[in-house]
Amino acid sequence: MATAETREIVVNTEPFVVNFGPAHPSTHGVFRMRMTLDGEVIVKMEPVFGYLHRGIEKLAEERTYTQIIPLTDRLDYLASMSNNLAYCLAVEKLAGIDVPERAEYIRVIIAELQRIASHLCAVGFFLNDCGAFQTPVVYMIREREKILDLFDMVSGQRLTYNYMRVGGVSQDIPEEFIPAVQKFVDEMPGWIDEYEWLLKENEILLARSKGVGILPPDLAINIGASGPVLRASGVPWDIRKADPYSIYDRFKFDIPIGLAGDCYDRYRVRIEEMRQSLRILKQAMKDLPKGEVRSEVPHLIRPPVGEAYGHLEAPRGELGFYLVSDGSIAPYRFHVRASTLINLTALADMMRGWKIADAILIFGSIDICMGEVDR
Amino acid sequence: MTLALSGSDIAKQIEEKFPGCVVEATAASLLVEAKSLLDVAAYLKDTADLGFDYLTLITAVDYIDCFEVVYYLTSIKHNHSLVLKTRCYSRDNPTLPSVVGLWRTADFQEREIYDLMGISFDGHPDLRRIVLWEGFEGHPLRKDFL
Amino acid sequence: MEIEEVYSSRQLDIKEGKAINELIARSQEVIPDPDRWLDEELERNVLVTSVDAVLNWARRTSLWPVVCFPACCAFEFITTEASRFDLSRFGMEIIRASPRQADLMITAGTLTWKMAPQVKRIYDQMAEPKWVIAMGACAVSGGIFRSSYSVVPGYNRIIPVDVYLPGCPPRPEAVIHAIRMLHKKIARRSLIAEDE
Repeated sequence: MATAETREIVVNTEPFVVNFGPAHPSTHGVFRMRMTLDGEVIVKMEPVFGYLHRGIEKLAEERTYTQIIPLTDRLDYLASMSNNLAYCLAVEKLAGIDVPERAEYIRVIIAELQRIASHLCAVGFFLNDCGAFQTPVVYMIREREKILDLFDMVSGQRLTYNYMRVGGVSQDIPEEFIPAVQKFVDEMPGWIDEYEWLLKENEILLARSKGVGILPPDLAINIGASGPVLRASGVPWDIRKADPYSIYDRFKFDIPIGLAGDCYDRYRVRIEEMRQSLRILKQAMKDLPKGEVRSEVPHLIRPPVGEAYGHLEAPRGELGFYLVSDGSIAPYRFHVRASTLINLTALADMMRGWKIADAILIFGSIDICMGEVDR
Repeated sequence: MTLALSGSDIAKQIEEKFPGCVVEATAASLLVEAKSLLDVAAYLKDTADLGFDYLTLITAVDYIDCFEVVYYLTSIKHNHSLVLKTRCYSRDNPTLPSVVGLWRTADFQEREIYDLMGISFDGHPDLRRIVLWEGFEGHPLRKDFL
Repeated sequence: MEIEEVYSSRQLDIKEGKAINELIARSQEVIPDPDRWLDEELERNVLVTSVDAVLNWARRTSLWPVVCFPACCAFEFITTEASRFDLSRFGMEIIRASPRQADLMITAGTLTWKMAPQVKRIYDQMAEPKWVIAMGACAVSGGIFRSSYSVVPGYNRIIPVDVYLPGCPPRPEAVIHAIRMLHKKIARRSLIAEDE
């Protein structure tokens, strides 16, 4: 007859600090996290960044207003056109410069194409982090190459375009641009459907990202989140609808929002935003008027003394530029409201309680770009 | 369209509640005393018809005789915005109260202002350099940094 | 769960800051190009033996890059590696995360002083023979950010660079051209000269 013996086993655990270094294949750029783990569960996370701090705000104080445009390209280098546009909006607000109609339409077309290109990259690398190692990325880069060819046609560059100017755009679009965009807009929904067919109900993606890294809506507003991160938490705030800039009030489009605020919702919001961008592109191309592409602006712009804040809905969130002018040819103060830096504020909260593998996914779903975080 | 509220209109409301704190109120912005910043900010956030629950931006500007810290507030519910400013006049050790308790977005942005401009924020839980390394001498965005 | 402070962030930051300041003090001069003898020796007809030829062929046709992607050029490198401008035909499609398994560092992005000790550490951990391609204007000389207070004016302040590739960012075709130049450089290596 066996007697049951019970022994009490006491396990002592100590928290363990792991450094998720700046050079790591999963961090999107040079981002470092000091994680305190209990077993494999994260109890505390401290983000460390600044590894790409290039001093753009100080450099801008010694350049003229037009010379700053290439500097703004390098901020969120995956969405350079949006950065240029945000800066030009801020200077136009400061100096009171109007933009001709054709330039407005071209700006909208380019900005929406840029949104699609940036979201393709974001979704591709998110899926990379999810474990679909490189396959979705290669598909999405294939589409992104088509958009980069369009931008190459327009500005001559593939990544940092320097295309927008204060008062319009730098040069007119060539004749083959609009037919090429039309072809792209006709084919792209088919490609998005292909991704959806592969990924939307994919068991692994759902298991890994549904319910993971939830950002509640009141916390999202309190930390100043913007862009898909805020909209996936259920807050319908999009600068294109709330404070329309350029000519966005003339177009019909919807804002996708998520209800749960988890990684899966952020992924779905980005896919749906790509579809809405295609809708705006169709409307903008139909109504493109003829005319000039840049208004008469002096070579060296001297805005009146004052300050202005120009912002727009960049693919990663609300990108804004705060400019203070003292009447000279260079700004007195140039500040970038970096959407990705502010979206990172809640990262420690979103990661608490999850394991390292989920931490990578949560970090990937916020979609940061270190050029903007560090400036 | 986000309505940019006029500083002068809001100034009247603020003056009634906290007399003597408004230094200057124009259509574009509202400048308050540093010592009443927290009270005014809490009032702007908690009052129902103002309801500024979203802090878009904090930044600092170095006018040589003073530092001016600018807060862009937005209300998502009512879709209006306001610019709040405050100044601090010390050059060696400028200090201001921190609004991290009201809007957590101030966490990284105030650390960055401390790092690049040298303005300390009282009440910030973890004020240390964020984009530059400890041991970097000086505060680069100041006008007297070479 | 309430945990006590396991480490002090401020202490760690101060320690790392000291390391960065020491690196700045040491890196005021440009490190000369390695293999500069190659250009001089060409006049004297370097003889590469058959053993060398085989070794050089093996090394150059399967260079594995290490992850070193600070900034914008990283994305041009990633698109070079993707299916349109295929890097797999050069044997380079695996980007190793561990520096021990890599022999090529393509420095794609601006280097700041804060990041410099980490890049130096990655370079030191790579096993010989190793090569560096400085990709982009920021890697060659600091680029558009040269006059900034926190940017290293070129990677050749802290690590020796073999091939300089200008461009902002360089097109994928230019990246492939730089890799071909590196192949030609590796093909001229000789075991005799390595001892010098």
